[in-house]
Amino acid sequence: MLIFEQSRLGRNPKHQVGAVEGANYEIPEEFLRKQPAGLPDVSELQAVRHYTLLSQKNFSIDTHFYPLGSCTMKYNPRACNTLANLPGITSRHPFTPPDMGQGFMACMYDLQNMLREVTGMSAISLAPAAGAQGEFAGVAMIRAYHDANNDTERCEILVPDAAHGTNPASAVMCGYKVKEIPTNSEGDVDLDALKSVVGPQTAGIMLTNPSTLGVFERQIEEIARVVHEAGGLLYYDGANLNAILGKVRPGDMGFDVIHLNLHKTFSTPHGGGGPGAGPVGVSERLKPYLPIPMVAYDGDDYSWVTEKELPTTIGRLSAFMGNASILMRAYIYAKMLGNDGMARIAEFSTLNANYLMTRLDEAGFEMAFKNRRATHEFIVTLKQVAKTMGVNTMDFAKRMLDYGVHAPTTYFPLLIAECLLIEPTETETRETLDDFVEVLKKILKEAEHTPDLVTQAPHTLPVKRLDDVRAVRQLDVAWKEGEES
Amino acid sequence: MSNIPSELYYAKSHEWVRDDGDGNVTIGVSDYAQSQLGDLVFIELPEVDADLAIKDECGVIESVKAASDMYSPVAGTVIEVNEVLNDAPETVNDDAYGDGWVAKIKLSGDLSHLLSADNYTAIVDAESE
Amino acid sequence: MPFIPHTTDDIEHMLKTIGVADINALFDEIPESLRCPPLDIAAGLSEQEIVRLMHERANEDGQTLNFAGAGAYEHHIPAAIWEVTTRGEFYSAYTPYQAEASQGTLQLLYEFQTMMTRLTGMDVSNASLYDGASALAEAVLMSVRANRKSKSKVILMPTSLHPHYRAVVKTIVTQQGITMQDIDYDPATGTTDLDKLMAHAGEDIAAVVIPQPNFFGGIEPVNEMVNWAHENKALAIAVVNPMSLGVLNAPGDWGQTGADIVCGEGQPLGIPLASGGAYLGFLCCQQSYVRQMPGRIIGKTVDLDGKPGYTLTLQAREQHIRRSKATSNICTNQGLMVTAATIYMSIMGDAGVNSAATQSYQNTHQLVASMTDIPGVERVFDSPFFHEAVIKLPSSAARYLRSMGAHNILAGISLEQWYPELKDCVLVCATETKNQADLEKYMSHMGRLFDAPLACQLRPSF
Repeated sequence: MLIFEQSRLGRNPKHQVGAVEGANYEIPEEFLRKQPAGLPDVSELQAVRHYTLLSQKNFSIDTHFYPLGSCTMKYNPRACNTLANLPGITSRHPFTPPDMGQGFMACMYDLQNMLREVTGMSAISLAPAAGAQGEFAGVAMIRAYHDANNDTERCEILVPDAAHGTNPASAVMCGYKVKEIPTNSEGDVDLDALKSVVGPQTAGIMLTNPSTLGVFERQIEEIARVVHEAGGLLYYDGANLNAILGKVRPGDMGFDVIHLNLHKTFSTPHGGGGPGAGPVGVSERLKPYLPIPMVAYDGDDYSWVTEKELPTTIGRLSAFMGNASILMRAYIYAKMLGNDGMARIAEFSTLNANYLMTRLDEAGFEMAFKNRRATHEFIVTLKQVAKTMGVNTMDFAKRMLDYGVHAPTTYFPLLIAECLLIEPTETETRETLDDFVEVLKKILKEAEHTPDLVTQAPHTLPVKRLDDVRAVRQLDVAWKEGEES
Repeated sequence: MSNIPSELYYAKSHEWVRDDGDGNVTIGVSDYAQSQLGDLVFIELPEVDADLAIKDECGVIESVKAASDMYSPVAGTVIEVNEVLNDAPETVNDDAYGDGWVAKIKLSGDLSHLLSADNYTAIVDAESE
Repeated sequence: MPFIPHTTDDIEHMLKTIGVADINALFDEIPESLRCPPLDIAAGLSEQEIVRLMHERANEDGQTLNFAGAGAYEHHIPAAIWEVTTRGEFYSAYTPYQAEASQGTLQLLYEFQTMMTRLTGMDVSNASLYDGASALAEAVLMSVRANRKSKSKVILMPTSLHPHYRAVVKTIVTQQGITMQDIDYDPATGTTDLDKLMAHAGEDIAAVVIPQPNFFGGIEPVNEMVNWAHENKALAIAVVNPMSLGVLNAPGDWGQTGADIVCGEGQPLGIPLASGGAYLGFLCCQQSYVRQMPGRIIGKTVDLDGKPGYTLTLQAREQHIRRSKATSNICTNQGLMVTAATIYMSIMGDAGVNSAATQSYQNTHQLVASMTDIPGVERVFDSPFFHEAVIKLPSSAARYLRSMGAHNILAGISLEQWYPELKDCVLVCATETKNQADLEKYMSHMGRLFDAPLACQLRPSF
């Protein structure tokens, strides 16, 4: 039932803010609302119960193993939420002058420094609100750099075919054409193909390393050399930083600009689809173009860096300070990790992924890159299962839900047919991984003997498989009074 | 097995062309292409009066989880589009070579660059390996 | 403190299974030359240590008595909202790719979309964008795609729009060859100068941006602006404060046929100020433009048994499918903030939103009346206003704000940084969170600064 169907006019006397009787507005009638909007009129208990019950229809990290590849669904420490919600932090207005309190700015300055150190870059801006906005900012900085050098013929951004869809979309938002680079059979970038397309029209290349294929790009130094020699810049998509945190730094690999996904590596909540936070880092030559605002420190006071202090900035990306409360959670998490904790994250997320890969390999599943070391994630392909048993990856994924496991990422990257991208993260126990192996073995058996059980799954969730064709053809994105729910 | 009528011409990008004999052609997407995409939910048609060169992007076909550009298989001017597809894109799933046609084009070039049904069958066979 | 659960036994067993001697062997594909040096970062803190540190930092920022708005508003947030929002099942879930395992989030988002269409008078809403300013940038990009009558990529943008929104739009859309033309405000009213707008009649314009209320709190002539836009084949993009829509007309009802696209900042709906984020941008539009709308959209459908359910829909517009041809690069949105806003709108309802909006209106009007009782303090513009207004002081605004700040009062925002002509001017706002004692405290400190008789703020006129 929808909240609207529980609504009865006059139900809620609005104890929350008190009622106002007979208001008069010195605003001409033509600008005033004609009739109430039609928000629900429910008691506080009804609302609390409704949304609590809805929450229970979700899988989440707190309730289920959630090995969603490329999303780093690790434990979100409760302390990060509790402390980011201290009244002095939540009540601070974004335009509060620095001389009325420096607590928030001190945290952000510390965070800039920690991220700079762990990525090996020269400077960090926390402004971008999510990874995709970080990508936009990064590519915009590449553009600003070439423009400043009067190097205006560079119109192409190179993107490996395995990349996240945000990469090409971000490049286009910055007015670039996208050229795809193929991947070789070992999962590395096809170097010959790269060399054949790099040239004076190349503005840069966007790479994820480890790549979305769950392997470390071994030729990274050579790629950096080739692109740099052609005058292009290297962009690092930080989606998979969890795998190498404290082990290898993008700055040392030769990248000129990077973004981080704090909701992945720094464990800020995924929140049912955000907010994220996508700080960007740059090498020395891109510093003049960083997005604002940033925090500076002169040894006594923290202050804001705005267009006044940095006139060559690519500009502002949100009205205030990006997703500040999320940055605060990342700060708290990073402080708890410290230098020793950062490398342990890479070590144990890699240990968990390689252990799980080995166990699934032994159980008869086909690995996309069997001869490679897994990073913090790896790919299983169900191509043979689909062919011989008529049960595809989506069926497998839905059946996993019946066993109380959130499905891994399916059908991404697009290069690998019938794939599952599995990322267990460092915060899961060995027992959880062992249980997951048993679940997959069971489903494989079912696919063989009772395929309908799998192709009709899920069977135990609030709804069965949904008709997503109908969802588009008979588009219904807002409830109308009287409509059945 | 895909249906590939022998009287039509084809492009590598999976469009078909029917020679209407009066200097005009009818184009559409092949049965193989629609079967690969699955249930279609939206088709962006070419614009009437648009002048197209061979391989110009001239529309988009979408299923729930995939989208594919349509490329003009011929050079010419769009004289009519199949408005039925605006509300019923599934017509292409049901009848790719008949009611599911996409556009009629007045030719400004010829059809010599297109594939025969046999040649197109070879491409489809190779792709579905 | 990295929250890693492995015992020594686990580690040994797992390494043996993999067939390597130690964990470092797992990194053997990474060239030795790239391994990083020890990090110059302090050692990790325990939870009790970080609690101490964060309390110190939070106390430094204190709890200011806040009379600032300018795009971020302090409204009362009922306790139930974040209690429910931070339940693990909402807090630690991700984008609902597996619809059957995400019906909670999906139904909530469908309800959010419904609420936003009702508030704005539009047909459809997406499931959120980053914030109000970036939502406007997306609305501008969307209008250029949607307005097929226009080839110009020219957007008319009033200078009465939030200066940071104008800056963000500039950052984001100028990369794609879109140009913004400023439309100046009328110095008497502080609202868009209609003559200056109408001077563009007959030009090829993709869209006109219409803020309501505007940055100065003023009520814009939205009906005439929408009609003018449509007469000139431009789309009308409304930028609204959702809280104000408890009192002000829905953009769907502006002018003859209503705005085409509506966007804005959802922060007033239950989201704390928190230094400027995370907030939520919203974007709504008329049905005919839905395919041009960026971001996630939730649709209602049925399952195999015909039972209603919810799922992501129109995904073929998005980056994970369309890649370089997507409507936007946006991937994550502001899910958690949407959860809070949805619960806020449910608990408050029409009456509650109207009450909070009306009390904010009344408090600000009372504050403005008292302030302008002080000789030399006056309103700058004469247009009707909602819950913010521009006040001119007899001397430096910066000095005024510093002096008030010394009493832990954030007394407004100086406007000169964006509008050099508004020297000595502050933008003030008093929401429903301010009571009579707060208003009196403000006036007593202000009165002392300008040597006004202490009693002046208690009398309606001098």
